[in-house]
Amino acid sequence: MLEKALKGSPRYWGTLIGLGLVVLLGLGFWVYQLTFGMKITGLNRDVSWGFYIAQFTYLVGVAASAVMLVLPYYFHHYKEFSKMIILGEFLAIAAVIMCLGFIVVDIGQPQRMMNVLLNASPNSVLFWDMIVLNGYLFLNIVVGWVSLQSFKNDMTPPAWCKTLAIVSVIWAFSIHTVTAFLYAGLPGRHYFLTAIMAARFLASAFCSGPAILLLLILFLRQLTGFDPGKKAINRLAVIITYAMCVNIFFFLLEVFTSFYSNMPGHIAPFKYLFTGIDGHDMMVPFMWTAVVLGLGCLVFLIPTAVRQKTPALVIGLIMLVIASWIDKGLGLLIGGFTPNPFETVTVYSPTVPEIMISLMVFALGGIVLTVLWKIAVEVRVEVEGGNLSMVPPPAVEAE
Amino acid sequence: MKNTRREFLKLAAVSALGVGAGRLGFLGDAPAHAGALPTVANFEEGLKAKHWGMAIFSAKMTPELIEKCRTACHSEHNVPDIPGNKNIKWFWGASYEESFPTEHGHYLSEDVEHRQFPLLCNQCETPMCVKVCPTQATFQRPDGIVMMDFHRCIGCRYCMAGCPFGARSFNFQDPRPFIKHFNPQFPTRMRGVVEKCNFCAERLAVGKLPSCVEAAGGAIAFGDLADENSDVRKALREHFAIRRKPDAGTSPSVYYIL
Ligand code: SF4
Ligand code: SF4
Repeated sequence: MLEKALKGSPRYWGTLIGLGLVVLLGLGFWVYQLTFGMKITGLNRDVSWGFYIAQFTYLVGVAASAVMLVLPYYFHHYKEFSKMIILGEFLAIAAVIMCLGFIVVDIGQPQRMMNVLLNASPNSVLFWDMIVLNGYLFLNIVVGWVSLQSFKNDMTPPAWCKTLAIVSVIWAFSIHTVTAFLYAGLPGRHYFLTAIMAARFLASAFCSGPAILLLLILFLRQLTGFDPGKKAINRLAVIITYAMCVNIFFFLLEVFTSFYSNMPGHIAPFKYLFTGIDGHDMMVPFMWTAVVLGLGCLVFLIPTAVRQKTPALVIGLIMLVIASWIDKGLGLLIGGFTPNPFETVTVYSPTVPEIMISLMVFALGGIVLTVLWKIAVEVRVEVEGGNLSMVPPPAVEAE
Repeated sequence: MKNTRREFLKLAAVSALGVGAGRLGFLGDAPAHAGALPTVANFEEGLKAKHWGMAIFSAKMTPELIEKCRTACHSEHNVPDIPGNKNIKWFWGASYEESFPTEHGHYLSEDVEHRQFPLLCNQCETPMCVKVCPTQATFQRPDGIVMMDFHRCIGCRYCMAGCPFGARSFNFQDPRPFIKHFNPQFPTRMRGVVEKCNFCAERLAVGKLPSCVEAAGGAIAFGDLADENSDVRKALREHFAIRRKPDAGTSPSVYYIL
């Protein structure tokens, strides 16, 4: 099937070349970082994790999103998702690859990375995170590839493949739980030290991941006419809406616990994020944007009549993605490290090289995703007939 | 397994010292600055304890004395002087609020309010940094000292997130250009690894007290916390002492006498 990635329209190649250029540009900055060390980042002695690890955390959520398709499909035989599942699994592959990329660019001595395996330390959550992430990557590659192959040959996938798919559902919960444990188990980091951290991670993953997936699918439909089916889209949108409500609810639980208990250590990160401390208020506009967009997206997503209109759905999803990204891809890490262990504020903001290197990893994921989705779409075209790139996009949603 | 590793490190340290000094001998005056190299006999006099600990007479620690101890520690261990917030600190002074952020009332005695407290790695009994390290680059010796293997560290900085005391520093850049007085008897670090105070394990091994203890001239008591006749236990028996953030559960081995 790989050969399908080698033939494509100018648009396909244009996309790949564009993303490739971003990778090259970022690569230059990465070489700069490898040469001069991480002093080129905004990280410092007190805020020792930042933008890279935050993107890693966010993308673990995106990776886990496939489960919102696989679970109804395999556990509840919800067949409407059949056309989307492969896209979800391929998105998960791209997301895990980006996660690993962000780890590689974040560590000070990447050439020693194998030490994590050579000196395996089961005490360390990072060790387990590495296991579950690589395991999830493996599961999705195998399940995605084999089921696509079977689909192409018009056969039912082998039984073991279904078993692996079911394993991958449970596994998806583990990647996010274990990643949450990276943070939740640290004494002295009040913003992280909460029993609900893993639950919050799952809730935010199950809204933001599928939201990104759905946005990409709607985009794909515009581009190629690949239509996963109206029912499937609506159902996924409902799942996203519920998950977002739970996500916001969990966040409010944190707010209640911190402020009602009035424990200074627990209040301080919220203060830093939402009002600023001692005039350090860099995060304030971001966090309030997240609040406005997070609540605002519900206006578009909760009323069924509004949600079922594609433009409204798209707006709602974009708002949701931005809000959840600020919450998890920015606020979570910065709030966890500020105030620092001395209860003073050390300001962190990512530098340009840091952002360029992050773009490199994102673009790399974009390439993987484009190639994989291209293969998936072509296979479907081959099986179901017709040249999708010529099929006009469906005329505006017929209700 | 721990013991063989310790023996190995000891051996490696001895041979590294030999090689390092030999090579530097014809490079200049570095060996002269370093003083005599320890011999096998010195290692036989090494100090031993069940669990090393420290009690700091904070009232005696004037800012000048803290600076003196800091310099002693930092030049002994080739700690670079890097300006800004990407700096490396093994031993430093901080206010009461910064040192004991959970312990302060509105009304502090004036003398404590203006006092500087020397901070360093607490050599915790149940150190979080060791627990989270994915490579065992940070490990605890049987005598309680929390050590680092700079050659194994991958620079993930998980230990920095895990330590509730801000005791660890990361080499954001090559530290060597920032070392003022190079001590050939202690390794310099490379960029991309974490480091922190090691309770002068290399000095204890040859029968010497830690540099800061020596420089403090009696303001820091050091010894075996498991031995009731040790200096540190005597100091703790006679004076009221507190530890930093005991609620973090790491059980620091450094006590502060107020
Ligand atoms: S003070 Fe921090 S670095 Fe030192 S042993 Fe305790 S947890 Fe580890
Ligand atoms: S930075 Fe080094 S010492 Fe710290 S946890 Fe990572 S590997 Fe261990």
